[in-house]
Amino acid sequence: MAGPPMPRLSMQGDRVLIGALGACALLSGGVLVLILGFLLLETGPLLASGHVAGALFGAEWHPADHTFGLRAMIAGSLAVSGLALSWAAPAGVVVAVWGRLYAPAVLGRLYRGVIDILAGIPSVVYGFWGLLAIVPAINRVRPPGTSLLAGGLVLGLMILPLCALSTDAGLARVPQSYLRAAAALGLSRFGTLTRILLPQAWPAIVAGCVLQLGRALGETMAVVMVCGNVVEVPDSLFAPVRTLTANIALEMAYASGWHQRALFMSGLVLLMVTMVLFGLTQGLRKRPHED
Amino acid sequence: MTRARSCFRNGTTGAALFGLPALFLTAMLAAYAAPEAQKLVLTGSSTIAPLTAELGRRFEALRPGVEVDVQSGGSSRGIHDAREGLADLGMVSRALTAEEADLHAYTIALDGVALITHRSNPVAALKRAEIIAIYTDRINRWSAIGGPDRPITVVNKAEGRSTLDLFLAHFGLRNSEVKPDVVIGDNAQGLKTVAGNPWSIGYVSIGSAEYEATHGGPIRLLPLDGVEASMATVRNGTYPLTRPLNLVTRGPAPGLALAFIEFARSEAARAIVEQQFFVPVDPHVDGQPVDGRPADAPPVDAR
Repeated sequence: MAGPPMPRLSMQGDRVLIGALGACALLSGGVLVLILGFLLLETGPLLASGHVAGALFGAEWHPADHTFGLRAMIAGSLAVSGLALSWAAPAGVVVAVWGRLYAPAVLGRLYRGVIDILAGIPSVVYGFWGLLAIVPAINRVRPPGTSLLAGGLVLGLMILPLCALSTDAGLARVPQSYLRAAAALGLSRFGTLTRILLPQAWPAIVAGCVLQLGRALGETMAVVMVCGNVVEVPDSLFAPVRTLTANIALEMAYASGWHQRALFMSGLVLLMVTMVLFGLTQGLRKRPHED
Repeated sequence: MTRARSCFRNGTTGAALFGLPALFLTAMLAAYAAPEAQKLVLTGSSTIAPLTAELGRRFEALRPGVEVDVQSGGSSRGIHDAREGLADLGMVSRALTAEEADLHAYTIALDGVALITHRSNPVAALKRAEIIAIYTDRINRWSAIGGPDRPITVVNKAEGRSTLDLFLAHFGLRNSEVKPDVVIGDNAQGLKTVAGNPWSIGYVSIGSAEYEATHGGPIRLLPLDGVEASMATVRNGTYPLTRPLNLVTRGPAPGLALAFIEFARSEAARAIVEQQFFVPVDPHVDGQPVDGRPADAPPVDAR
C-alpha cells in the first residue's frame, strides 16, 4: 500500500470502522456463496436425475417434453456478449484516448460529461431504442431484424461508455512524472500513448472491459427485446439468438417443477461462464508490463 | 475510486444498510402481534394470479380484517389444491374436464387470443390451414397467400405462456413443430414486435391487441374462422379462440370465497379485469353460466 500516509484515527473509531468494513466484506462474499448454494440446491435434483442431466448441453429445449438442452443459450450468451465487447472495447479505448489526449481541454471535459450521462441510461431504454431503431433497420436488409447483430450492437452501445470511463480513469492514474519524462525525451504524442500511457493503464482497461463483459452477459431486458429469442445456435449475424438470461426472463414466471429447475440451471451455467471468463482474463491484466 | 467515496459521503447508504434489517424485524414483530385475520388462499394459474392479486388488494380494502393470499403454480396446482382443501379457491385458466366434474367452477373473466399482423399488410384474413402452414414454416412468403413477395416473420410466445398453450391447442400444434423467427414474452412485446415489422404475424391476448389497435398502433386483428376478433365477440361467445378464467372449489363456495367470487364478477371489479386485458363476464345477463362450462363452447384442451 504505497501512497500518502493515512491520517491517524482514534483507536476506538478505527476498530469500529474495521469491524463494520469487515462485516460488509463478509456479507458481500457470503452472498455469492449463498447464491451458489441456492442454485446448486435448486438444480441438484435435475443434475442427479439421469434422464435430463445427459441432455443438459444438448441443442433441443422443449420444456413441455422435458428436454432441457442449454447449448443454444450458452452459445447465444457468448456470441452476443463477445460481439458487443469486440467492438465496444476498442471503440471505448479510442473514445477515452481522444477525450484525454487529442481533444481540446474544454471539449474533452464536456465529452467526458456526455459519456458519464450515457453510462447512466438504464439498459431497458437502450433495449427499447434498439427495438424501434436498430431492429427495423436490420429488418430492411435481412428480416426479421431481431438478431445476434441487433443484440451485439445494442449491448455494445450500452457498455461502450463504461469501457471509455474505465480507460479514462486508467489513463488519468498514470503519474504525471512519466508524461514529463516522455516529453523531455522528445517522444511524439502517439509514442507516449503506445509506449507509456496504454501499457501503464492496461490493467485498468482490461479490468474495466472484463467487468463490462460480465455486464453484457448478465444483461436481460434489452437482449430479450432485440435478439429474437429463438432457441438455435446462431449460424449468422442475422440469426435470432436466445441468451441464458433471456431464457430465464421469458419463462421463469410460468415455470414449475423440472422446467423451473432447468431455468435455475441456466442461472448456474451463467454464473459458471462468468466466473470462467473472469478467471481467464485475470491472466491478461499484466502482459504488456513484462518486457 | 470517486464513486466508492461518494457512496460513503452521503449518509443515506449507511442508514439504509443498517436501518433495513431493523425495519424488517419491526415489520415481522408487527405481523406477529396482529390479531388473527380472516384469510383467503388462492393458488393456481399464473394467468389468473395477477388479476386475483389485484382484485384481492381491492377486496382487502373493502373488508378490513380479510387477507387474500395469491400463489401461482399453474392450473394443475389450482385443481390439486382445491381438491385437497389446501386452497380456498383454485385458479384454473381453462374449462374443467370430465375428470374434474367433482369441482365447482366460477368464471370470473374470459380470455381470448387474437392473431395480429401489421396494418400495412394487404392480407386481411387467413384460413386455419394457412395459419398452421405459416407456423410450421411450410409457407414462408406472403406471396403464397395473396400478399407481396416478402418473407413471413413468425412471432411465437415463449414456453409456458398460457396464450401459447391456447394457440397450440386450437390449431392442434405441438410447440416443437412451430418454427418461429422471433420468440417473445408478454403481450406488449408481441405488439411492439409486430408493429415494428410489416411482414410479421403473431398472436397476443385479445384485450391488449384491441387496446393497441384502437389507440393508434399499426396492427390489424385477423378474423378467425370468419369471426371478427374483438372483446365483444369473445363476450358473446362467437369467437372461437377463448377460454374461461375460473375459480374452482371442492363444494359450493363457502361464505368468504363466494363473496370474493361475487366481487370479482361485480361491476366494481370490471375496470380491474379490463386493466389486465381480460373480458369481464356480465353477472346479470341470463345465459352467462356461473359454472365454467358453457354447453355451446368446446372445452379447451387441457395439457
